[in-house]
Parts: sequence; C-alpha cells; structure tokens
Amino acid sequence: MPASGGVGRAGTAGAALAARGERWSPSPGTIVAALEGLLLVVFALLPLALQHFWVIFVTRVLILALLALSFDLVWGFAGIMSFGQALFFGAAGYTVALFARDAGVTSVFVVLPAALAVGLVLAFLVASFLLLGRNPPSITFVALGTLTGSYAGDRLARGWYYLGGQNGIPSIPPMTAGPVQLTEGVTYYYLALASLIAAYAACRFLVGSQLGLALAGIRINEARMAFFGYGVQSLKAIVFSVAGAIAGLSGGLYAFHEGFVWPNMLGVILSTQIVLYALFGGVGTLIGAVIGVIAIEIVSFVLADVYPTVWPIILGVLLLVVILFRPSGLISLLVPRRARVGIFGVGARRPGRIPEEAGDGAA
Amino acid sequence: MALLEATGVTKVFGRLTALSEVDFAVEEGQLHGLIGPNGSGKSTLLKCIAGAELPSGGRIRFLGRDITQATPSARARAGLSLTFQVTSVFPELSVYDNVLLALQAQNPLMALTFSRTRAGLHARVVEILAELRLADRGAAAAAALSHGEQQWLEIAMALASRPRLLLLDEPTGGMSVEERRATGALLVPLRRACSIVIVEHDLDFIREICDVLTVLDQGCVLETGTVEQIQKSRKVQEVYLTRV
Repeated sequence: MPASGGVGRAGTAGAALAARGERWSPSPGTIVAALEGLLLVVFALLPLALQHFWVIFVTRVLILALLALSFDLVWGFAGIMSFGQALFFGAAGYTVALFARDAGVTSVFVVLPAALAVGLVLAFLVASFLLLGRNPPSITFVALGTLTGSYAGDRLARGWYYLGGQNGIPSIPPMTAGPVQLTEGVTYYYLALASLIAAYAACRFLVGSQLGLALAGIRINEARMAFFGYGVQSLKAIVFSVAGAIAGLSGGLYAFHEGFVWPNMLGVILSTQIVLYALFGGVGTLIGAVIGVIAIEIVSFVLADVYPTVWPIILGVLLLVVILFRPSGLISLLVPRRARVGIFGVGARRPGRIPEEAGDGAA
Repeated sequence: MALLEATGVTKVFGRLTALSEVDFAVEEGQLHGLIGPNGSGKSTLLKCIAGAELPSGGRIRFLGRDITQATPSARARAGLSLTFQVTSVFPELSVYDNVLLALQAQNPLMALTFSRTRAGLHARVVEILAELRLADRGAAAAAALSHGEQQWLEIAMALASRPRLLLLDEPTGGMSVEERRATGALLVPLRRACSIVIVEHDLDFIREICDVLTVLDQGCVLETGTVEQIQKSRKVQEVYLTRV
C-alpha cells in the first residue's frame, strides 16, 4: 500500500536523525509533501508493472480520486457540506456522452473543457440558490439542498427518454486526440493521472493562498468573518463552483473511460460514496481524499474477491470502525489536527524567524 | 456632523424591550464609554451598531450614510470594526495568521487567490502585533494565548483594517489588574487613528481613559456627558454610580 510505504520512508529518516541525538519531528507539511511525492512516483510508474485489467482498475481509482478531491475542497476547506457532488459528475458525464452520440464530438480538447464548464456552471447555479441569500444558510440546509439536487438529477435522467431513461447512454464512442483513439488502457491512465495532478496542483495552490486563509477562517468561525468585511457567501459560492468544475472533469473522464453513462452517476448513492471516500481518508489535507479512494477501492475489491456474498457488510463495518475511532480519517494517523489548518503568513512560515523561541529562552 | 449617529434605536426581543428610543452619537476622535448595570442594553446597542442585530426601530447613520439595515460585512467595509465580549479569535490559526486574516479582508478576490498582498502586509502585521504586546507570540496558535492576550489579539484584529470607529465590547473582561492597566495604556494612543466606543463594567478603568460617557439603564439613555458631569449627575448616582 502506498500509504504504509510513506510511513516506512519517514521512519527511516527519523531513525537517522535519532542516531544523531536529535528529537525527530518533521513538520506536518513535510509529511504531506512526502506522501504526495510518494503517490506521484507510484502512480507514474504503476502502468509499467500492471496488467491491462489493473491499469483499468487504477484509472478508475484516479478518476474517482478527482471526484473525492472536489468534495474535500468544499467540505474540508470551505466547510460546505455537499451531499450532491455526483450531480456535477453525472451531468458532465451525460453532456459529453450526448456530444459524442449526437454531435460526433469526441476530441479530448473539446469534451474535457466542456465537462469542466458544465460542472462549473451547474455548481454555480446550485450555489446561487443555496448560498447567496441574505441570511447565511445552515450546514443542514446546504446538505439537504445538494442532496435534493442529486436526487432530482437522478430521477430526471431516469425519466427522460432522450437521455436513455433507466439504461442511460450505452456505447459512447472513444475519446480522440486528433487521429488517435484514447481507449481504456495505459494512454487513458496517463490522461486521468495528468488531470488529477493538474486539479490537485490547482487545489493545493488555492488552499495555500491568502484565499485559503480566508477559507480556514470561514470553516472555523463563519459569523466572525463577516465582521471583518469578507463576502463570506460569495467566497463559498466561488469555491463550490471550482469544486463543481473538478467533479465535472471527473465525470467527463469517467463517461469515456467506461463507455457509457447511467442515472446512478448523478444519484444519491454515489454522492454519499464520495463523502465516505473523503471522510475515510480524512478531509482538509487534499491527499487524504486521494488516500481514501485508494483504500476503499482496494479494500472493496479484495473483499469482493474473497467474500463474494458478505463483502458489503464487512466493508460497512470497516467504514464504521474508522469513522468511530478515527473520526478525522486515516490521514490523522500521520498529520495532527492543528497542522491540517496550515500556516499562511510569510512571517509565520518558518517559526524560527519569529523570535518565539528566543523569547521563551530569555524567560 | 457626528461620525456615528443613532437615533431612536429600539430593539425588542419577544416581550423584552432591550433598547427603547436610544439616541447615541460618537464624534470623530472620541473615546466614548458606554456603561450601565447588567441588562441595561449596552451590548445590544453595540450589536445593533455593528450589524450583529438589526434594530426593531430607529435609524443608524455612519459617516453620513444610513446603515440601519446594512449587512455586517458592508459595515466593516465602511469602516466599522467590532470586538466580541466572548473572544472569537480563530484558535487553530497562528496569531500572525489571525491578524493577516483580518488585515486582508477587504482585498479583492484575485489578490487573495494569487496571494499578491501577502508579502506587502507582513510589515503591517508585525507592526500591529508589536502595538498590542504580541510581537513575540506570532507563531503560537491563538488557542495557546492567555485570556488577556486573546483579548489583545481581538483588538489587534479589529484594528487591522484601520477602522474609522472601533467598537469594544468589554475588552478587559476577565483580565487581571495588571492586564487592565496595560490595556488602558494600549487604547489611549489608538484614538489618534480612530474613534472608539467601549462597553465596560470596570468604572475605574473607563473613568481614566474616556472623554465622554453614556449611561444606559433598562434600555434607555440615562445621561450623556463628560466624566465629571456623569460623576456629578444625581440621576446617575441614584441608579448606578452610588459608589463614585
């Protein structure tokens, strides 16, 4: 497992430092960066070692990781409980499926931007409705509102003949890049990986910026933020829309990878599954969401293989155990809670530059 | 014209009238104390001014603009700043980041997204922290500060945006005598930059630093005047200042 590899590596570094007689305490930022680097290397090299079947499996994991990332951005960073990320995922998937079926447009340079745009616009519409009223909405209101959106999308797709009803849209032609067909396999794997890296980098940039500080403030004490003059609800709407775009991108990739779309892509079950991925891995670090998807997908696969009939029960119990005993998810084994909030100011970047230690020493 | 002018402000909570036809004005550069027994409506008045509560009646004008129904965010942008009675610093963030958070509040979205003002605001953050005796606490989490230090951090954050009017709700609540004295010494020089309204229980504290006092009792203004006038006022003595 990539995650345990991270522990191993960090452990070696710790032993080296301990040998020199220093107390080893890597900053949480270092731990997260090490995990990110490790996963990046593993994912970059993985197709060289895997058979076709597993390449497809991991591609799906990467696409779902993109989706979990979008949820982590809204809940883990902006404090918006979205129980409807699947709506943006599915709507984008259906849109590109229609592009391919009815207009014959399959170019990666059209369909992926289109998927992104569908997610962005749809999320902005939902956000305008749920967030941009005069009175700040409660978490419950937003959670139920997004859940309703997802449910309505699912029902709409099921009932609409043009969208294929219950069956969805089968046999979408493959995505193309010029004359090349991007079918499932190594090429598609790297397309999904590149998309994940790009989205991840964008999210990381965003949450480490001054806007990220504002989001941390909103998450901790939203009411207080308004008294500073922040347009709290517009900031939330913007982050929600960005996350919608990422979910849309994920949906576009998923549709062409699987070759078909169906109403479940929009529905409540997938929306809940996304929440579980992120909570299982741990929200508020970005990498936690990715780890959550990897962990759940691998565990599900192995369980389904070994216990073909009762595996969902075992998985359910496992999820419950983690949520009960590690409410902050797997990532909390490595990164303490306080650290996940982050440090934003230039002066506070390196604590050594703030004469705190000097002050303590003098006292 | 007064910086802040509240006329006939009334606030009703169900059957309780917290404020009844209150007139209250703050001049430019004034340090204005708001005193009164528990439940006299001091904090409610402050909240109506800052936008945490909307008045049931009356009007509030700030810098000549009617802000009676404005959102807290709009008032903050106009130059009003508030500290809370129960400190509401951001405990998980560093002290430095708490101040930066307050300081960058009115930056445009693009500047925030691309962190364009982070380096530029550094000097101001350090300056404010030094002003509020927090210079060596920048890297600590706000939760690690003592109660008194958290109150100072509140004031630091409220000052960050260079407000025209600073509203302080019991800034010395729960402080030691020494900390109170330090707080008083901190506040007096601030008046050069902005007007201040202080809600306080501690009369000795407020008598020393304020120019003008307004006494509230049961939601009504009992008296407004200089410290001497208030001390001599028979009405005030009767209901409240018996020990002065």
